Amino acid sequence: MTSAKIAESGVAVRVRQLRKSFGSQIVLDGVDLEIQPGEIFVLMGPSGSGKSVLLRHLIGLETADSGEIHLNETRIEDEGIRDRFRLAMVFQSGGLLNSLTVGENVGLYLSEHRLKPAVEIERIVQEKLALVHLGPKDSLKYPSELSGGMKKRVAIARALVMEPQVVLYDEPTSELDPLVAVTVGREIVRANAVTRATTLVVTHDRDLAFGIANRIAFLSEGRIVAVGTPEVIRASQDPLLRRFLSADFTRD
Amino acid sequence: MLVLFGVTLRALPRIFRYRRNLAEQLFEIGNASLFMACVLSLFIGGVLSLQAGPLLAQRGLGSMLGGLVGASLAKELGPVMMSILIAGRIGSAMAAELGSMRVYQEIDALRTLNIDPVEYLVLPRVVAISLALPCLLVFSLLIGSAGGAFVAALNPEVAVSATAFFNSLKATLEPRDIIHGLIKTFIFAITVGVVCCNQGLDTMGGPRGIGRSVTKAVVNSIVFILVLDYVITRMLLPFTQASMAGGF
Repeated sequence: MTSAKIAESGVAVRVRQLRKSFGSQIVLDGVDLEIQPGEIFVLMGPSGSGKSVLLRHLIGLETADSGEIHLNETRIEDEGIRDRFRLAMVFQSGGLLNSLTVGENVGLYLSEHRLKPAVEIERIVQEKLALVHLGPKDSLKYPSELSGGMKKRVAIARALVMEPQVVLYDEPTSELDPLVAVTVGREIVRANAVTRATTLVVTHDRDLAFGIANRIAFLSEGRIVAVGTPEVIRASQDPLLRRFLSADFTRD
Repeated sequence: MLVLFGVTLRALPRIFRYRRNLAEQLFEIGNASLFMACVLSLFIGGVLSLQAGPLLAQRGLGSMLGGLVGASLAKELGPVMMSILIAGRIGSAMAAELGSMRVYQEIDALRTLNIDPVEYLVLPRVVAISLALPCLLVFSLLIGSAGGAFVAALNPEVAVSATAFFNSLKATLEPRDIIHGLIKTFIFAITVGVVCCNQGLDTMGGPRGIGRSVTKAVVNSIVFILVLDYVITRMLLPFTQASMAGGF
């Protein structure tokens, strides 16, 4: 996928000098990012580099010590931001409510906010489930009856129901075998094609990152080390990035 | 905890929106605790008769046993024991459920869906427990009195007939005594609900954190129940002293 194919829709996300510490531990150390409307932007980095914390700031689950996040020209702290912009997040664990069926999980946003009548919600739920290759029978299951990959797909369907302008994915392929990981990666690309939403994927899965990204940023120790297209990132001579990309299991 | 209570109170007018969750919680509470409440009350009433019966009988006051058992159950033992039972059975389940929802990112997911976790999760639980616990107290009073009467009639050291037991109970127990118990129970119920939900929402870490939250929820609830029991009893004393003087 190239940047030229990106539609001029979605929301621009700008992060300026974002800092966050937990106690004495600095997690984000002046992060600057610019994400274009509608693109698939992958934030890659080793475990513990602050990727998920950055994502939680973008969705408003964490408050920064300093720095700014803008959606288009609006600061994320501004009142009513959630009324102006629809942001959805797919959690690492799926974040599905175990007490609800798959169908109820997917339709939760619409039913709780009373946005559509029940019949219409049911139709939308089935439509979104079909987009991630799940059928009407699956909508009656409980999350505990699903495999890891299915949970992720349901979580994607739940995010799509919001008709989001920004979708955030936290480690979407973690705990999945390579085949299912590929399927989830395809679902992310397909969802982006359908919604044209700005898509930010946090992962340390190199195959996923290079497979789906329009652009990639590499985060290490709370700082952005490199940003660019997959080709630029591959060609980067930054030693941290080189070590991350070339890490391989070899037997002595 | 006070903040959670305040936020829950502010959300109270919207409880109708969560009637399905409320009904589910009411069913959970009733289903999980009614049988245990009955067993507990039956034996509390029986033990009261067993302990107080012979003492009263020796002093020729055996006919007052029903009133004593009824008043003890309505004003003190019923509210406290039922609340402790609910803290152990329902409060612990609430803390565990909310704790695991917190740990497994379900609460974060609700926030990202623009759904207030306090309205969606805490409000129905606190309202359900506040409605169910006073109902359990009424059950407890009925079953406990039956247990007391049963022991009073069967124990030769007491030898108070069931009729005499219930006549004494009717003559002594006034509506204000039951209201006293209901007020206490209602306050205990809110306390258990808020304490346990608060502990659940504050859960950190994995399964160990959930375990810690559950323990803290139950222990804190019991401490609050016992402290509040004294405070409320002290506050309600002027209103119930008249009935005690009249009855005994």
